[in-house]
Amino acid sequence: MMAGKKRLTPEEIVKSFKDEFKAKIKNTRIERRTKGSSKNEFVHIWMKIDKSSFKDSVKHLATLQKYPHLAVASGNDLGKTIELIYHFSIYYGVPLGEISINISVELPKSKPEIETICDIIPGALITEREKQEMLGVTIKGIPDSRRVFLADDFPEGVYPWRKDETGPQKMIRNLHEVKK
Amino acid sequence: MKTKQTTKTTYRIPIGPIHPALKEPVAFEFEIDGERIVDVDVSLGHVHRTVEWAATKRNPIQILYLAERICGICSYCHPAAFALAVENIANIEVPERAEYLRVIHAELERICSHILWAGVAAHEIGFDSVLFLTWQIREKVLDLTEYLTGNRITKGIITIGGVRRDITKEHHPKIFETLNYLKDNFEKLRKVFLDDKTFRMRSQGCGILTKEDALKLCAVGPTARGSGVKKDVRVDQAYFSCADLDIECITPDVLTGEVNGDVYDRIIVRLLEVKQSIDLIEQCIDKMPVGDIVSEPKVAKVLATLKKAGGEGIGRMEAPRGEVIHYVKLVEGEEYPFTWKVRAPTYNNIMPWVPMLKGEQIADIPIVAASTDPCMSCTNRVAIVDSGKKYELNKEELHRRSVEKTRRFMA
Repeated sequence: MMAGKKRLTPEEIVKSFKDEFKAKIKNTRIERRTKGSSKNEFVHIWMKIDKSSFKDSVKHLATLQKYPHLAVASGNDLGKTIELIYHFSIYYGVPLGEISINISVELPKSKPEIETICDIIPGALITEREKQEMLGVTIKGIPDSRRVFLADDFPEGVYPWRKDETGPQKMIRNLHEVKK
Repeated sequence: MKTKQTTKTTYRIPIGPIHPALKEPVAFEFEIDGERIVDVDVSLGHVHRTVEWAATKRNPIQILYLAERICGICSYCHPAAFALAVENIANIEVPERAEYLRVIHAELERICSHILWAGVAAHEIGFDSVLFLTWQIREKVLDLTEYLTGNRITKGIITIGGVRRDITKEHHPKIFETLNYLKDNFEKLRKVFLDDKTFRMRSQGCGILTKEDALKLCAVGPTARGSGVKKDVRVDQAYFSCADLDIECITPDVLTGEVNGDVYDRIIVRLLEVKQSIDLIEQCIDKMPVGDIVSEPKVAKVLATLKKAGGEGIGRMEAPRGEVIHYVKLVEGEEYPFTWKVRAPTYNNIMPWVPMLKGEQIADIPIVAASTDPCMSCTNRVAIVDSGKKYELNKEELHRRSVEKTRRFMA
């Protein structure tokens, strides 16, 4: 699969992202851990990218490996912004060579919109649908925007992962008042 | 749910939220042309228990036991992935001996899960004597689990920074006895699953997932490996002490020389992984160094350390069904985590169902759906809508159809 293509080291991966996106890339961090008696190393790369370049960064990732593996996207409510973190991994299939790449992107709460990556990684659909219902973000161009985990009669405008007034706190405190 | 446009020749059958294969709720909507499946739509969430939210009201040690209860079969890998994530954040070094013990428990769980699955798969095609054969073997492994951890299912063995019980010399005779029993019976299982004519007829060329689709849809675990994708966290990004052990990624071509990506190939992968797990446990017992089993035995001290830690981390490990990943964010000075995101392997193996089921027959639904070893949770009703005339097809009926298909083959 990786025929003819050189595998990059974690530093080279970060550099290639920096060269490509310059100031749009922030807070890059390479996390190295060793495991077992043989002290083998594994690497997690973390980086934050401006939302305007997010989709291009996934495209760039797809040039490093034809099908980057998307494990899941997780999210945080940071107060004024919503942070989405996409957990990718590349170079799987190479013993001890897999590198996790976590790309985070912050969206303002006033306009929480981001482009879909389903056209690059079709397997991203379920996780994108989940982010829509749980965090109230809008994924532009998503092929299927229905809910996944929330029931159809779950109230509109309540997002279970939010920590502000649109969060589920009210429903939890007054469970008996929630309309069935 | 969005209503799909159907042409005159096809009709739709909703199946679920009762699972046609395993006893857990998930709803399918099939578009059927005669007996052929044209399209599939899956809807989930019937057992969403807001575990992730509940965790934001608990401290990391309490979460271990909450994580254990996410799934009865994977009751080890969820707390383990959580512990890995937290250890990454707080820079906790796990003693070497504990890393080996962790592998032993992970592999014991894999053996249980794969053998349980093999029994369910046999049941789905109406081969119930094999169900009893496999579960009888699994019982021995559960006995060993109980002997080593004190419990059969929710083991409570892992903790942050290590494990809670050691395996000593006194345990060895029972471990070897069980492993030898498994080895003796492995040949029997291999013969039934791989050589039996009925099994081959029902599983070969059925529920095909191509390598391309497996890669595109980010399939994980035996589902991906059955399609020839070499993805195994134990090999690719070794956690615990997996890097010290001799592990190879198992794809069906190691046995048959070719990859078809059908149900049969997924059976091969799981069976060979049982054998691999037995081997790994033996390697661990052989290589295990002496030393501590936990970095800090006092829970209060661990919690104090974690309260001071801040940051985010991920924990990845290979559960029996594939890669499980937990994302944790801790805030300095806070006792409870800010965010905890759990992603179980079935989450990624939902979408591959669509290409697998397309073009198959109704009677194949149970075995194809079961072949990814889905893990959700069940009820007992299926309704078929046939041009406005509605009748119900329950689990027994669906199972009966599957059994009939096997009988037709055998006749």
